[in-house]
Amino acid sequence: MANMYSKGTKRKFSDGVDNKAVAASYSLQRQSLLDMSLLKLQLCHMLAEPNLCRSVLIANTVRQIQEEMAHDGSWQVVTEALGGSGHGPSDRLVDTEVLCQSSEQQDGGPRLYSVMGYDGCREEEVVTDKALCSVVVGDRAPALLLGTIGHCWDRGELRVEDGVSKDSGTGEEEGTKSGEGAKMATGQVFGTFEIKNGAPGSDPALEELFSDVDASYYDLDTMLTGMQSAPKMGPYDFLDSLASSHGSVSNSSCRADLNELDHIMEIIVGS
Amino acid sequence: FVGVGGGNDFQWCFSQVKGAIDEDVAEADIISTVEFNYSGELLATGDKGGRVVIFQREQESKNRPHSRGEYNVYSTFQSHEPEFDYLKSLEIEEKINKIRWLPQQNAAHSLLSTNDKTIKLWKISQRDKRAEGYNLKDEDGRLRDPFRITSLRVPVLLPMDRMVEASPRRIFANAHTYHINSISVNSDHETYLSADDLRVNLWHLEITDRSFNIVDIKPANMEELTEVITAAECHPHQCNVFVYSSSKGTIRLCDMRAAALCDRQSKFFEEPEDPSSRSFFSEIISSISDVKFSHSGRYMMTRDYLSVKVWDLNMENRPVETYQVHEYLRSKLCSLYENDCIFDKFECCWNGADSAIMTGSYNNFFRMFDRNTRRDITLEASRENSKPRAILKARKVSTGGKRKKDEISVDSLDFNKKILHTAWHPKENVIAVAATNNLYIFQDKIN
Repeated sequence: MANMYSKGTKRKFSDGVDNKAVAASYSLQRQSLLDMSLLKLQLCHMLAEPNLCRSVLIANTVRQIQEEMAHDGSWQVVTEALGGSGHGPSDRLVDTEVLCQSSEQQDGGPRLYSVMGYDGCREEEVVTDKALCSVVVGDRAPALLLGTIGHCWDRGELRVEDGVSKDSGTGEEEGTKSGEGAKMATGQVFGTFEIKNGAPGSDPALEELFSDVDASYYDLDTMLTGMQSAPKMGPYDFLDSLASSHGSVSNSSCRADLNELDHIMEIIVGS
Repeated sequence: FVGVGGGNDFQWCFSQVKGAIDEDVAEADIISTVEFNYSGELLATGDKGGRVVIFQREQESKNRPHSRGEYNVYSTFQSHEPEFDYLKSLEIEEKINKIRWLPQQNAAHSLLSTNDKTIKLWKISQRDKRAEGYNLKDEDGRLRDPFRITSLRVPVLLPMDRMVEASPRRIFANAHTYHINSISVNSDHETYLSADDLRVNLWHLEITDRSFNIVDIKPANMEELTEVITAAECHPHQCNVFVYSSSKGTIRLCDMRAAALCDRQSKFFEEPEDPSSRSFFSEIISSISDVKFSHSGRYMMTRDYLSVKVWDLNMENRPVETYQVHEYLRSKLCSLYENDCIFDKFECCWNGADSAIMTGSYNNFFRMFDRNTRRDITLEASRENSKPRAILKARKVSTGGKRKKDEISVDSLDFNKKILHTAWHPKENVIAVAATNNLYIFQDKIN
């Protein structure tokens, strides 16, 4: 596998079964590199003061992979390689089957989207949608953060459990979606420097929002309820969307998300 | 086997090793920087615990003309303490990132040491004489009653046990938002530069409350950040010239006479990428971890993950020499990315004559390249080869296929034993190699 990364082999599209297998394998490995990179970024993000050089290099790698994937229309390629012809939900189901390594938790419930082919995968599992909802407190919170941030990247892809996929159409769109994901993920990493340096109360919209928060919402039930009904976004995604006025969330889910955010922030800061 | 750095009879021998023998390495003892002073008489090390240890070379003994003077501890002091930034809720590590000596101007020695945020100027002075026979005070320091003094005497200087004192003379703080990776003393001996991930500042050695920002590559929107500064150095002779390297494998040479803010470089050094070896790791392995001018000032050397390159300052489009440090790692880049070793920052150094260069590798190996003969050698810093004046045996990594006897296979390399910091005596063939918490000193042996 290591050899795959040492040379930038350009795949050729031909009818040979071998080529398709190679393409699929390359895609797989590229995806796993992407997962690993995102994981590293997320772990960086949780450190108080990440090594900036390392973060930049990893983020650039993520961007490179994402650009290549978008350029290649790789979602399409993988589908073809596996014998599917359309972009229907069942094909997408097959896609993610291949890309997800099965683990002990293959019980039809929460699907673990694990990083592949590496020994010692212990922490390297990104929990998807449904599993997120059951995660609440304490030491699982980091996993929650992992899941939410990683999920914003995989948004276009991981709708497996529902059986209904958000049919986002062509590979290009997927690319753009993942582009946003990368931008968000990287923004979150570098953004921490700015958040820490920025003057408090610099964003009036956020200030106003936080002034509404009722302390009585700081309990488990509300949090759980809030999470299940809230749109599937991580705490920082939420802040971003508020800041850029793109969010269209309702008031009650606002509060719940804020509690979630608060709780996670507390854990990260370690208070 | 013929060594590197001198004539045909040249060989490297073990001289000394400093540090604990324990298998259990205390994190604070890990050496983070090594530097000889201008004469080579003093050798300073900094560690993760914020301590500086200075070794001094003993005078050569007439009895043993073949072995040079040994280095013994001269001074030890705590340079930096861990700090807490309350505003950002962040701990500032006390690890010494770099030490740079100042040229000696009087009996005392001075050096600059820095951690991630603060640079300190330390003066190290020694006393080996004391005065006795004062008129106005007793031997124990009590003031004498002036009316009791009936005669005058001249105090005399008597020898005493040598006492070495280190005192912080200047503290240059609060000028860096990001982590300081380099400091470099200018040839004017009045100024020095400090560089962090995004900025380079110019200081005057006498002024601590102000510094000039001469390079700023911070983008308006941090999300657009794709490149950071990895190292910077002043030109050894031209006090208006300095260089800084980046994470994208480029070096920019700037002239401070051109503008107050040197954001536009005078020269831009970059080697075009080889498209056939492009991979997702290309950028990471091109990131420059160290840049060093030659003593002559005509060349500079850069270290990236797999190689060392020598550049002629007059040629920007490619290096004049490229040396492969551990090319056998190219096929392992994915694993090295996974375990983060790919981000290790190796340093490099020139010998006094600029005829040889040295850099570290894994498994406690270090490599030396002779620029004239194009010969190279791999040596190991280990306790097994630590008999006094034992000649170091050349090591070899087998790159696949049959492994010969005495060779070590790539998979058996210990990636936790990395030699990131090495230093070469400015005039002689004496080298200092930091292997985690141990400092090895090797010398040449003339047959």
